[in-house]
Amino acid sequence: MTDMHPKSGRDVVITGIGLVTSLGVGLGAHVEKLRGAEPLLPVLDFDVLPSHPVHPLPEIDWSGQIPRRGDQRQMENWQRLGVYAAGLALDDAGLKEDLDACAEMDLFVAAGGGERDVAVDSLIVEAARGRDDREIVLNEKLTTELRPTLFLAQLSNLLAGNITIVHKVTGSSRTFMGEESAGVSAFEIAHARIAAGQSTRCLVGSAFVAERPDIMFHVTSLGQNDRALAQSRDPSVRPDGVVLGTVGAFMVLEERSAAEARGARIYATLDAVAGDRGSREENRLEQRLIRLADTVAPEAQAVDLVVSAAPGIPAIDARQAASIDQLYPDATLRRPVTAFGHSVEAQFPLSVALAALAVAADHPLAPLAADDRQGNTPARTAVIAASGMRRGEAMARVSRFD
Amino acid sequence: MAQDKFLDHLGRPIVAVTGMGVMTSLGEGIKDNWDALTAGRSGIRSISRFPTDHLSTTIGGLIDFAAAPHADVVERSMTFARSTMREALAQAQISGEFGGPLFLAAPPIEPEWQARFELGERVAEADRDSDAYTQFLKLLRQQPDPHFYDQISFGTIADRLADEFGTRGLPVTLSTACASGATAIQLGVEAIRQGRTDRTLVAGTDGSVTAESLIRFSLLSALSRHNEAPEQASRPFTKNRDGFVIAEGGAALVLESLSAATARGASVLGIVAGCKEKADSFHRTRSSPDGGPAIATIRGALEDAGLGEDGIDYINAHGTSTPENDKMEYLAISSVFGDRMPDIPVSSNKSMIGHTLTAAGAIEAVFSLMSLQTGTLPPTINYDTPDPAIPLDTVPNVKRDVPIASVLSNSFGFGGQNACLVMRAEPA
Repeated sequence: MTDMHPKSGRDVVITGIGLVTSLGVGLGAHVEKLRGAEPLLPVLDFDVLPSHPVHPLPEIDWSGQIPRRGDQRQMENWQRLGVYAAGLALDDAGLKEDLDACAEMDLFVAAGGGERDVAVDSLIVEAARGRDDREIVLNEKLTTELRPTLFLAQLSNLLAGNITIVHKVTGSSRTFMGEESAGVSAFEIAHARIAAGQSTRCLVGSAFVAERPDIMFHVTSLGQNDRALAQSRDPSVRPDGVVLGTVGAFMVLEERSAAEARGARIYATLDAVAGDRGSREENRLEQRLIRLADTVAPEAQAVDLVVSAAPGIPAIDARQAASIDQLYPDATLRRPVTAFGHSVEAQFPLSVALAALAVAADHPLAPLAADDRQGNTPARTAVIAASGMRRGEAMARVSRFD
Repeated sequence: MAQDKFLDHLGRPIVAVTGMGVMTSLGEGIKDNWDALTAGRSGIRSISRFPTDHLSTTIGGLIDFAAAPHADVVERSMTFARSTMREALAQAQISGEFGGPLFLAAPPIEPEWQARFELGERVAEADRDSDAYTQFLKLLRQQPDPHFYDQISFGTIADRLADEFGTRGLPVTLSTACASGATAIQLGVEAIRQGRTDRTLVAGTDGSVTAESLIRFSLLSALSRHNEAPEQASRPFTKNRDGFVIAEGGAALVLESLSAATARGASVLGIVAGCKEKADSFHRTRSSPDGGPAIATIRGALEDAGLGEDGIDYINAHGTSTPENDKMEYLAISSVFGDRMPDIPVSSNKSMIGHTLTAAGAIEAVFSLMSLQTGTLPPTINYDTPDPAIPLDTVPNVKRDVPIASVLSNSFGFGGQNACLVMRAEPA
């Protein structure tokens, strides 16, 4: 059996970043905050979902990246957010108007499902109570109440489909599903394709909308939600469980020589991405992270920043943090979950984006939580370490391009 | 070079198929399916698993014979994937840890209505004044249910399969709508060509037929309403086709580099010689009127396989039986194959098994490989009223025995998803 991760033939670089978070829209809303010396103060909404604080969608004019009203109407916010962030990444890479480049560009999207119609679902649950013919009630209500277009807004692969329609990205189009791991696979496979010469440019990313009651319903069933922050309603209080955050994060990955040939600005090289899953019994989560670290960043002393894509579940986060401390004792640790919340499929893409911005900057990455250590020097090599709420570990490495 | 016979026209590892498994409404396993398919039997029936009152379409190709807990999309999809993977691995004579990556095309997961109903009953009377999800949130906050979380997570099926078969790395669960099965195969081929692995396990599975899925597709006017004669409802390329018939199924393939397969003495069932995906930016559910992206996808697959227009002996069509698809698919293939079109047989498995959605591309790849192996082309059944605008040799109604060396399998899906595979009996 050959090595799963041979040294790649071609370098993969990040040339465009599109970011929407609770902190704001676009890199402009983030870069200044990420260079400060003070910890970021999270933006939280305590009211949109009772007892479940979220890092909300910022104020956003969809027309900025989705000019046609007809296109906007075909989507709900989850797809709109992804299409918007993808457009920002293309703009940032200077490829938005390059129809030829977009026509050949490969698209990788990590997706959950789109919005359900909460009103229709509520109507059916109410109508079915106490009935012994619930399935017939269901048929009757669904046939009369469902909007035809909502199906397309719900379909997982229609986030990619809408990116194709709005931005004319028409190479291959692949949608990966599976919570946090989907975000890892999107980068792992895009990286592998470019490294092997199977692709020149990929648009890779995800979107997650935290204030959706249908999504919160899903996550809450796991029983790991925050209570401390919800009770205090004080943004400076450290959560003691999962707090969801809205994030749209897309990136343009390019084969280095293609990026250089068009004079693109290069944020960072994406050196390696690797993920794995399995039992978390005893110390197997830790062992898996150590194995992954050995694959993506064996030269531990070169790593000066670790961006932890941890989910905000104290037990998981602590185990990951202990592994990181063992692997990279001298590196600065940053945990986006405190400032941005957990964004499931988008958590890994967001962390890659923050790491790329950090190694591209001439200053250290700002503390993302009150108890984060101050960074001393700008980072040159950053590792992203990820753990899903329920399953999946991953590591990636980005380096300053020079 | 000594290993030249293991590399393709572009110097990449040749990808062999060494194991296959399939399950459809026609039965479980390759043999039952192939017997039924070549006999021209339909697996489409009136739906009995759930009430169809108020529905405009009441037929489908459902799998109700497998030992799956029937009420649950996740368990059905899991069962189809597991059963077909076991069959594929047995045929490939691989036991123990698989040791390569898993690519799984699986349907998007939503909570079952049954679960919402049961939660609804548990909500206290006093708490029933808000929307249903707010009520559920309050309930689940007090009484979490991690098992329920797993049942509605997209990653669960692949995670369980990864444990059972010992695949390596993060399993990939993917959706490219009705092209998903073909995309899973393409991802497996790419991983082998990258030199990342010598073998991959790929599968498509779909157990997502529910009242809600029927209603959703009906609202898009996509489904046949020939409820009175289910077996005749799926009628690709006919004048009176009126939509696809929704169906369930699964298929799995073991892909190996030809060199690794040869080294371990495995039987080679066929070669995946070329693949291509190309997205269409025209519309969410309709194809570009000029067929441009579909044409580019077919041409790209031929080019990837190192074949010209004269290199294809048979087309396993997407052939959904919708007015739109069949017209567009004819436009695309006739544009590519031109004067040769009358000489290329084109048949649609969906005339018998319906449209298995996420699984279709994988199932139809397995049947394409069976045609390469056996020299038998399954028919397009219900072909009694040809559409004069689609003059194809559809292998009408009765199978045909004719040796072929290469086959093109088409898959097209909502969201502008186009994927085509070229398979061959022998390496070029």
